[in-house]
Amino acid sequence: MCGIAGLIHRGKSSGVGSEMTAMLQALRHRGPDSTGYAVYGEASPGDFIMRFKVAEQEDMGRGHGIHGLIEERIERVDGILEEHGALVKDRARATQYALRYILSHDGDTEDMARHIEETDGVEILSLGKGLELIKDLGDAETVADAYGLGGFVGTHAIGHTRMATESDVDIRSAHPYWAFPYNDISVVHNGQITNYWLMRREMERKGHRFMSNCDSELLAVYTAHNLANGVELKDSLRRSVEEIDGVFTYLVATENQLGMAKDTMAAKPLVLYESDDLIAMASEEVSIRSILPQEIDTWDPYDEEVRVWQA
Amino acid sequence: MASVTSAEFKDLSQDERAKRLGMATEQLSGRSMFVEFDPDEASRFTYPWAPDVDFNKRTEIDVGEMSATEANSRIRELMSDGNGTIVIRNPRGKHGLGVGILSRLNLIFEGSLGYFGVGLIDGPNVRINGRVGWSCGENMMSGTVVIEKNAGSTFGAAIRGGDLVCKGSVGSRTGIDMKGGTILVGGDTGALSGFMMQRGRMIVCGNAGKNLGDSMYDGSIYVGGEIRSLGVDAVEAEMDGIEKDWLARKLRLYGLLPERGVGHFTKIVAGKQLWNYDNLEPAEKKLIL
Repeated sequence: MCGIAGLIHRGKSSGVGSEMTAMLQALRHRGPDSTGYAVYGEASPGDFIMRFKVAEQEDMGRGHGIHGLIEERIERVDGILEEHGALVKDRARATQYALRYILSHDGDTEDMARHIEETDGVEILSLGKGLELIKDLGDAETVADAYGLGGFVGTHAIGHTRMATESDVDIRSAHPYWAFPYNDISVVHNGQITNYWLMRREMERKGHRFMSNCDSELLAVYTAHNLANGVELKDSLRRSVEEIDGVFTYLVATENQLGMAKDTMAAKPLVLYESDDLIAMASEEVSIRSILPQEIDTWDPYDEEVRVWQA
Repeated sequence: MASVTSAEFKDLSQDERAKRLGMATEQLSGRSMFVEFDPDEASRFTYPWAPDVDFNKRTEIDVGEMSATEANSRIRELMSDGNGTIVIRNPRGKHGLGVGILSRLNLIFEGSLGYFGVGLIDGPNVRINGRVGWSCGENMMSGTVVIEKNAGSTFGAAIRGGDLVCKGSVGSRTGIDMKGGTILVGGDTGALSGFMMQRGRMIVCGNAGKNLGDSMYDGSIYVGGEIRSLGVDAVEAEMDGIEKDWLARKLRLYGLLPERGVGHFTKIVAGKQLWNYDNLEPAEKKLIL
């Protein structure tokens, strides 16, 4: 089933970490397998934030050897960063296998990201100026507590509670997906893409990489491809409604935008609330009510509806 | 209707049995189906277990901290105590509130409901001073439900009777599989509204999305605004004076009658080219079987 949620504050920052946690916790019944966040904070000029994992949560129960392997992988990542001239200004470790680096880097981040992901077991969850992508097994509060998201301040966020259907219960199949290798773009999706393999092969022929077999990853890669080719976010969303088959509602966030698209059948839910200073959306109204308990006006977008909001 | 024993019932013809069960036996015309009710027989209109409530006995409950199950149980307790008017405060978009109420009741929600609100009801008058999520009033059998704001998709799915009213706009697949009753929408409705509709009436004051009335068997859809496209086998039909009067009366009842009346409404019905449900199976085939 899966649950998706998004919110964007117009012209100001807010506690989007705690807000998104409340929204996703209210959607827990739609998918208890994993929870993910893409939160957008204030970007510091010149610095990049890289979130990456060096193992899956399930690997941690497979003996002592994994700890040594994790340290080796981190050492390898540090070496690649140095090789590409990136200066690590801050290192933080949310869990044994998930890390957050603040980097200073003037070169080609795409080349660097591709190089890092050549390391077995390493996956960059996000790389950008404002984006921080966090995902792990468990419900929203469990993940938020583990990663210290409660105090996160930013302009906008998207999130996902996952009920695994066609792929595994692991972090690599959890949402959101970062639109590798393009900075600050993330996607969450509720639905099923029926021409996934056809579209995936097309994207792979164009040189894009897939880290999972989850159909939702296609939307991230597809969006990344379009934006990299100069397509505006709104046009990419419109195009997706025509080119991608299946039933879906998905949200895309960029450094300063939040967009949504609904398939031609409007088969997957989304409820919207819009005011002068806040836009909130979720698979169910109960999620929006978790941050706006007062009486508000909400509505369902229609089939093929595409919308984009600016932070 | 006089009672009949099982032994007597066995001796009745099929036609007589059907009549005793309150069913019409004439060949379906595809236009209407009616049940013969005896107005003197109260048992036809109430369930034996339905509590006897007094509309003048009013109470309020705050369900903000309750689960849907707890809230629904509390409503039943209050009905058992004879409360005929119950006000629900702080529903906060919870799913499945007010479902399965099978007797008279004035139920007022001060706020919005989530999915499957007031489904499977038979008799109550419900007012929702907020919005509703997907599948509001699903399988409703009688009574009235009036929603002041918008509604989600599959509004009134499989409704069998009563009036289900949304004063705002509704999502997609409104009245999917509806089998009777009336759905009224003050604003717009989304794609595939009236999909596989079998009986009943749907009135949309605003615009209708694509594939309106797709694969409908029967029933009527009235649209005051633009229709993006008609579905398979849905066709435009003419309205007569009696029908226009009914339409105006119904809309006026809920404060939805447009200033310019109902003359601009378009009526959509089944073209009846898709299904052959009126045709009996050939007798010779039955003999072979």
